[in-house]
Amino acid sequence: MTKKTYAYYPGCSLQHGNHAYGVSTEAVARQLDIELVEIDDWNCCGATEYMSINRLPAYALIARNLARAANENGEHDLVVPCSACFLNLHKTDKQMKEFPEWSEKINRSLAAGNLQYEPGTIKVRHWLEAITTDFGSDNLKTRVKRPLYGLKLAPYYGCLVARPDSVFDSTEQPTVMDDMLAALGAEVTTDFSLKTFCCGGHMTQISEETALGMIHQIIHNAVQAGADAIVTLCPMCQLNLDVYQGYANNLFETDYEMPIMFFTQVIGLAMGLSPKELGVGQEFVSMQPAIKKIQDVPPPKPKSERRPKQALPMPVMPE
Amino acid sequence: MNTQTFFDRVVEATPGGERLSRCLQCGSCGGSCPSGADMDHTPRGIFALLDGGFEEDVLSSNTPWYCVSCYACTTRCPQQIPITDIMYTLKQMAIHRGHYEHPHAAKFSEPFIGFVEQRGRSFEAGLATRYHLFHRPRDFFQPMQFFKMGMMGANMMRHNRLPLRPKTIRELDELQAILNEAKAIADQEVYA
Repeated sequence: MTKKTYAYYPGCSLQHGNHAYGVSTEAVARQLDIELVEIDDWNCCGATEYMSINRLPAYALIARNLARAANENGEHDLVVPCSACFLNLHKTDKQMKEFPEWSEKINRSLAAGNLQYEPGTIKVRHWLEAITTDFGSDNLKTRVKRPLYGLKLAPYYGCLVARPDSVFDSTEQPTVMDDMLAALGAEVTTDFSLKTFCCGGHMTQISEETALGMIHQIIHNAVQAGADAIVTLCPMCQLNLDVYQGYANNLFETDYEMPIMFFTQVIGLAMGLSPKELGVGQEFVSMQPAIKKIQDVPPPKPKSERRPKQALPMPVMPE
Repeated sequence: MNTQTFFDRVVEATPGGERLSRCLQCGSCGGSCPSGADMDHTPRGIFALLDGGFEEDVLSSNTPWYCVSCYACTTRCPQQIPITDIMYTLKQMAIHRGHYEHPHAAKFSEPFIGFVEQRGRSFEAGLATRYHLFHRPRDFFQPMQFFKMGMMGANMMRHNRLPLRPKTIRELDELQAILNEAKAIADQEVYA
């Protein structure tokens, strides 16, 4: 298969608090023959904070990255692993197209730095989308060296990939990651209904109890669904669900120990990479119990439930 | 003096804001909101106040500050109102007017963007220190809060998740020129 190349925007959090995601992203890209070319001298996307203070500089900040990506790697799609960065880059591009008066103001700001951006030049895509659509879950299946038999995973999409623009999946019930995890041999929870519920974002800093309530609901739901681990695609979700899990346990008097894995770490494990190569060990709630659950043989399929003998007979059609 | 109504100013400062006049008051937004229970008005309530011109009540409400930007309301709104973007506009207006009842959120955003403007990248360790030192200094004198904060920092470092050296982009001048120009345009044309 030919080598696929993407422009790559890592985002701050993959280099700071969550470099396990950065490390595993690069490890998986190497395994799948995908080349990620980092945008030269990219800057922070401003997360949700800049938008709250002043909208136009927030757009200009994001558009600088788009302009740089277009200048360097215009022919390639731009891949973003962080959901918040993805949303910001994608939304700015889309809104520049939709609202020419804003586009004009943004470009006038960019001109102060000798840059220009024509909306639509760059296609912004989430890393999960690139793997599941371009590479494909079926293709991924052929690369699996160590299937994840015996592991039950809860796919957690969070907000910003599913919403507001359902770019590649449903806004309410996305399933791409479910299919991908099944292709890796893992069992996928069917009744994890909070898969697109918000993790609280920056609320942990502003109103901690509001955030802990949301975190508790998500983890509680995953425990009820019988998951061994939650799989996420966003560094913010990982941070909230993992680092604040202890606080949520204290507040709600629970004792959950739910590991939160990045989907790239899960793919890496199935490709036979060692946990160390995937940045395992950075998490607060250890992944080791979940990793130890992986078996060499597929678990026996549960027998389909027969009707108990003492049940009432089904009505029979007269001959 | 500006003669536009408050409603018109909110609409103008929001991309796609003109759809706000289509609001049906159905309440899908408040029902979808994960932090709605802690708001003093749900988004639907805010839009009713906006329509009635209750500027003070809207801008001093905690609603925009409790918005977690999850876009659940935006995708479910039957009238395609960009609700999350309107919440951003209301936050900006509240800051601009210097009056809001719930200061933590703004005081968290301001040092965050401070680092972005100075370095081009965000910086968690510096942000946490600055936020607590300048905006929540009382935390340092409450033994429980101080202990909790210290434990958080120590645990983050133990797991190698809190690098203490900030990163800076190469062409900072270019970025700052762009941001200054954008702020000047915003002052002249968006907040005029």
